[in-house]
Amino acid sequence: MMFFVLTALFAPLLSALLAGIFAQYKKSVAIGVICSFLIVLSTISSFALLEIAANDGDIVVYLSDFIYVGFLNLDHGLIIDTVSAVMMVTVGIVSSIVHIYSIGYMEHDAGFNRFFSYLGLFVFSMLVLVMSDNFVGLFIGWEGVGLCSWLLIGFWYERDGISWCANEAFIMNRVADLGMLLGIFMIYKYTGSLKYDDVFALVPNLPHFVVAWMGAFLFIGAMGKSAQFPFHTWLADAMAGPTPVSALIHAATMVTAGVYLMIRANEIFSAAPQVSEFIAYLGAFVAVFAASMALVHKDLKKIIAYSTLSQLGYMFVAAGLGAYWIALFHLVTHAFFKSLLFLGAGNVMHAMNDELDIKKMGGLYKFMRPTAILMIIASLALAGFYPFAGFFSKDKILEAAFADGNYLIWAVLLVGAIMTAFYSFRLIMLVFFGKPKYEHHPHEAKIFMLIALAPLGILAIIAGFFEHKFHSAVTKILPNYEMDIEHNVALGLILLTLVCVLLSTIFAIFAYKKEIFKPSIENSKIYKILSNQYFIPQFYDKFLVKGYYKISQQFAKMDEAFIDKSVDAIAYSLVKLGSITNEMNSGNLSFMLRWMVVGFAVMLALAFLI
Amino acid sequence: MIGLNHYLAVSIIMFVLGLIGVMKRKNFIMLFFSTEILLNAANVAFVAISHYYMDITGQVFAMFIIAIAASEVAVGLGLLILWYKKNGSIELDSLINMRRDR
Repeated sequence: MMFFVLTALFAPLLSALLAGIFAQYKKSVAIGVICSFLIVLSTISSFALLEIAANDGDIVVYLSDFIYVGFLNLDHGLIIDTVSAVMMVTVGIVSSIVHIYSIGYMEHDAGFNRFFSYLGLFVFSMLVLVMSDNFVGLFIGWEGVGLCSWLLIGFWYERDGISWCANEAFIMNRVADLGMLLGIFMIYKYTGSLKYDDVFALVPNLPHFVVAWMGAFLFIGAMGKSAQFPFHTWLADAMAGPTPVSALIHAATMVTAGVYLMIRANEIFSAAPQVSEFIAYLGAFVAVFAASMALVHKDLKKIIAYSTLSQLGYMFVAAGLGAYWIALFHLVTHAFFKSLLFLGAGNVMHAMNDELDIKKMGGLYKFMRPTAILMIIASLALAGFYPFAGFFSKDKILEAAFADGNYLIWAVLLVGAIMTAFYSFRLIMLVFFGKPKYEHHPHEAKIFMLIALAPLGILAIIAGFFEHKFHSAVTKILPNYEMDIEHNVALGLILLTLVCVLLSTIFAIFAYKKEIFKPSIENSKIYKILSNQYFIPQFYDKFLVKGYYKISQQFAKMDEAFIDKSVDAIAYSLVKLGSITNEMNSGNLSFMLRWMVVGFAVMLALAFLI
Repeated sequence: MIGLNHYLAVSIIMFVLGLIGVMKRKNFIMLFFSTEILLNAANVAFVAISHYYMDITGQVFAMFIIAIAASEVAVGLGLLILWYKKNGSIELDSLINMRRDR
């Protein structure tokens, strides 16, 4: 068992180191194959651990001492219960496929080895985040994925504007991480421990406002990582990285870390109802807010990015309502079809020579049928059609909102679902159907890349049917969420949602087949607001960035005036002193002897005085 | 009755005389004399304290100092004679080439 744990955790690190050693060498497919193999190995171990955790209970592993300072005793400890095992398996499946896919996708890239090194490190950081049994380990993994996302988003740093996107993601996350850190400090201050078990055992005894603040601070961290409003702007810009990275970041690792934190710390959040309520409302807001931006965007990857944002909103709603297992369920199913969408988008990009504007595509179905089918499956799952995976998890969230009596959230989520269906099929129609708007002859991706995507396609279809098994496994750890909703009502809700989604889909298909949207629609006010992302990036730029820049300039001046000058003065006076004392070394022995006596006297004086 | 403090006072006076000699004299031989006075000031203190504490260690140390001073003088005088043969002077100021850049 220990073998599985160590393999699951350290095989990705080994892969990162191995590829890292050869990072500066010529690219070699062997590196890609070996790295992929290591990740697959890690995934298989994760599966074994999930099996053990589901049947025999939690696995607690002590690796070594970590911090023993004052009253803080912290180990490198791992906990593998059903929740972390489910996450590990999800991360494993998606990252394995991303690795294998990348062998083909990054084939012509000079940074091939470096890319695999970063990918491996990314997976390792995520596993540290997931497997750790204390908040510090979680935070280390948290920062690890932040760092790796910076490395990967900025992978093509030599191109224009890419570094800016990477920095934006990193800095946004850093801002939110301050909240996370404050939350961890508070936890330590009031519970005296950072281990999950000890902390959660003490949470019920704490004053209510303390728990509320803890939850609020932790949630700020989760908002940054999961790119919730108002920290959402980095997510779309993160599309600057290579597409497999986007798939990894969006499906299983980075952005889901926020949801994982909510699920992991559910004792804290469920003890802070106001915070949970706020989370649910914010999640619902983001679900439509992001979906509305996806409605009009032209950039293939950014549409999918906004879709992720919207789906994360759904997960937060579920977590905010206390339905933690549903949030985790949606996280898992979403991971499969979202990575499938991204990797399919990667195929399309290759076929279109890195063109991202979906208005310039069309008619690709003829040339790349397998990719098109896979992406349609993913879109169906995303839109929530029966029997695809998204249906089971998304409808559960809607039902939970309804059962909770939060009809507002429910209605908002329903609108979100309708929008989701529309933009998903808008994308499909514009990319794969209609008249071609390009000159060259697109080519389908390599066959092994498509085979690698097949498991994701299958999972996007069937993952929903594991609901009961999943439910019974994770509710060993998570609080069960019982919906007191009548069967008929539930059925009615499902039907209502399905019909709405279906109508929206048909509308999208019809609208783009007949091309009922005139180009003049782009001049309308709403379209402009949406395509400019509600002018929020501009707002940030104008009010936050510019102001901060001005303050920074003042500080830079102060720095020059005081700190630089004082350092220079010290250096100058030392040089001056040196050139004066240089005279002592005159070469005249009697003169030097006199100085020796002076030195002796000074030392004697010091010895008596001190 | 002569006590420890008297011995130490003598030692201090000798030491100060030695120091003044080191600082003031320009002649190499005189410098050696001054150094000897410094060393013997230490010797006087060592022996006096050793006797006071009834501990032989200080007197042994004084013997060592005398031995080292003797060998130092032997080597030093040899060098001095060589210097005198070469430069015709044993004034300290003739030894100014100890600094590289002059």
